[in-house]
Formats: sequence, C-alpha cells, structure tokens
Amino acid sequence: MLDKKVIPDVYIDALQEISNIGLGNAATALAELLDKKVDMAVPKAFFIDVEEIFNMVGGPEEVVSCVFLNVEGDVPGTVLFIFTEQSTYRLIEMLMGQGVGDVTELDVMGESAVSEIGNVLTGSFMNAIGGMTGLSMNTSVPMFAFDMFGAILSTSLVASGHWDDQVLFIETVFFQETDEIRGHFFMLPETGALNRLFEALGITEGA
Amino acid sequence: MQVSPVREATAFQAANYTEIQVGIADLKVASQPDRLITLGLGSCVGLTLYDPAAKIGGLLHIMLPDSTQFNSVTKPAKFADLGIPLLLSEIRRYGGKVSNLQAKIAGGAQMFSGLNEKFVLNIGERNIAMTKLTLKNLGIRILAEEVGGNRGRTMILDTTNGQVTIRTVGTPLKVI
Repeated sequence: MLDKKVIPDVYIDALQEISNIGLGNAATALAELLDKKVDMAVPKAFFIDVEEIFNMVGGPEEVVSCVFLNVEGDVPGTVLFIFTEQSTYRLIEMLMGQGVGDVTELDVMGESAVSEIGNVLTGSFMNAIGGMTGLSMNTSVPMFAFDMFGAILSTSLVASGHWDDQVLFIETVFFQETDEIRGHFFMLPETGALNRLFEALGITEGA
Repeated sequence: MQVSPVREATAFQAANYTEIQVGIADLKVASQPDRLITLGLGSCVGLTLYDPAAKIGGLLHIMLPDSTQFNSVTKPAKFADLGIPLLLSEIRRYGGKVSNLQAKIAGGAQMFSGLNEKFVLNIGERNIAMTKLTLKNLGIRILAEEVGGNRGRTMILDTTNGQVTIRTVGTPLKVI
C-alpha cells in the first residue's frame, strides 16, 4: 500500500494534474448548471493521515454540507464533496437564481439541489479521469448530510471502511465572479485502487 | 479592546479547569475539576463513566461495535467491545471504583439521508446496541442517554458533578 512518507513527488504531481483536469471539468459542469461563469483555483492534492482531516475545513464542529458517493469500477472507493455552511447557501442561491443572503437555512429543496451538484461534479470528475486513463468508474446514488464536519466525516469513514488508510485529500475553491464557493473534495480509495490509477497513467515508481 | 472587570473575572473562572479533548477512537480519564470533551459524534458513540465518590470520569469515542470482525486491531479504543473494558481499567488505575460507576451515552446517529443500499446504514444503531450490551455484561448501569436520531453531537463530561452536556447544531445545550 502507498504510504505518505514514501509517495514520490511524481505521484503527487500526477494526482494534482488529474485533479486539475477532473475538477476543471466539474467546474464547467457547475457553470452549466448555474448558467454562470465559474472559475476554479488550482487544486492541491496530498495524502493525509485520517486523524489530521478532522482539523481541516474549519474543525470538527464546523457546519458543512456533504455529498457522499460510492465509486465502483476500476478505481473503487468513496468520494466526499464538502461545502461550508455559507458556501452551501450561496450554491443554492445561485442555483435557484436568488440574491446573496436570501438563503439562510437548508430545506428539502436546497438539500436535493446540493446533492445534485455533488453528483454532477463527481460525475464530471470521474468522466475526465476515465477519458484520460481509459479506466471505467461509476458513482452510486448520492447520500447527503448537513451537520458538524466531524460527525459527518467519521460516519463517512466508517461507511467507506477505509479508516486505517491515508486519505487522498484534494482541495479547491470555485469562484463565481466575486463570490467564493469553498469546496473540499475527498477521495477515499480502496486499498490498491490508486496503484491501478497510476498504472493506467503509465507512472511507475522511480519514473 | 477594553475588557470590563466582570468579564475578566468570568474568564478567570472559566479557566479554572482544563478541557481535555478526546479524539476519535480514543479515550481519556480525568478528575475534578477538569472536563472531558469529544467533538462531533455522528454514527460514533460517546461513553462517559463517572465515579461520583472519587470524582473521576472517563470518556471513550467508539467508532465501531465489534473488533472480532477485523483481522488486525491497531486501536482497541475504536471498538465498543475492546474500548469499554480498556476505559474501565484506566479509571480503576486512576482510583475509581467500578461499583460506583455511572454510564452516560450519546451519539449513534444516522447522519446521511438518501437511498444507497451499499451504505452501512445501521452502524450507529449497532454501536449503541454493542455499547449497551458490553456495559450490561460488565455490570455498569446506564444513567442517561442521548442516542439515535440524525444529528451530530458534541459531548462534554464535567468531572465535578458527572453532568454531561450535549451540543448539537441548531438546538440549545442539553444536560443529561
């Protein structure tokens, strides 16, 4: 299994590049969904110990929305899309064509809107990787949660069954004009799944 | 910024105890006047054991019910079946008496909505059930519980009086 301490830069570079393309594709999908221009910061990809994730995004008690999807196929695992509380409201406002500050709480409609955004973003991310590598990946029906980050993350880790593994953490920020939608993208690959991804990209250790 | 004398006094009082954080799949023991806190319990179960005579308490953050389903166990505190006896022996080591112990449990929520057959849906319930069973087998009674539902919870044990405060998003604090 890959260990953070021995992951060569070439892998991280490759992941960063894949993320850039995959999330770039996702940003385009988001722009179509919102019918607005969406820019994206260059994603940062890194491996992280599971315990360390709890202090990210704003800490364990930070309120976030989370879309959880299982990935099946050549690179099986779990994908989490996490948006901060304010970003969640902004996403819904954009999607529903409302003004800034109109949405202050989450209703069923907003919930399914965010769920769908997560679904579309993950789908386009996977499609981009699939197109690059020839690997096939499908995502499950999205699950949704809106609560404390720690509670959501621990539940996701248990549900994905990857507690002991290190997690591939990809962070990016989507911009819509002056608004910032802070989105965090986590991939929890099953053991060996990333090796298959690197193989498909033709990257081997020491390359 | 000016700080009024009243506020300073409050701040001093608030700093009179230490708040000790218990991470996921971890356990800690503390004595009066310190507090034990674990943040963001989802499907996980938080268990506090408190000895009111010795004013010693422990907090365990359980992730999974049953260690026997896993080949290698690196962190016993992750599991209800191993973590609870471990917490018990820690409390004993600190001078707590098992016959005095009062248990309080929180968590075991169903955090996600949506249909997904592959999702481990009842992990929270299984955590609750295994925690209760293990406590029963050890002869420890449960004094209070705040379990199930679909909200994440933060759990704080005050070792001066054994009170457990539950913090959730969007609802007032609850003391059990």
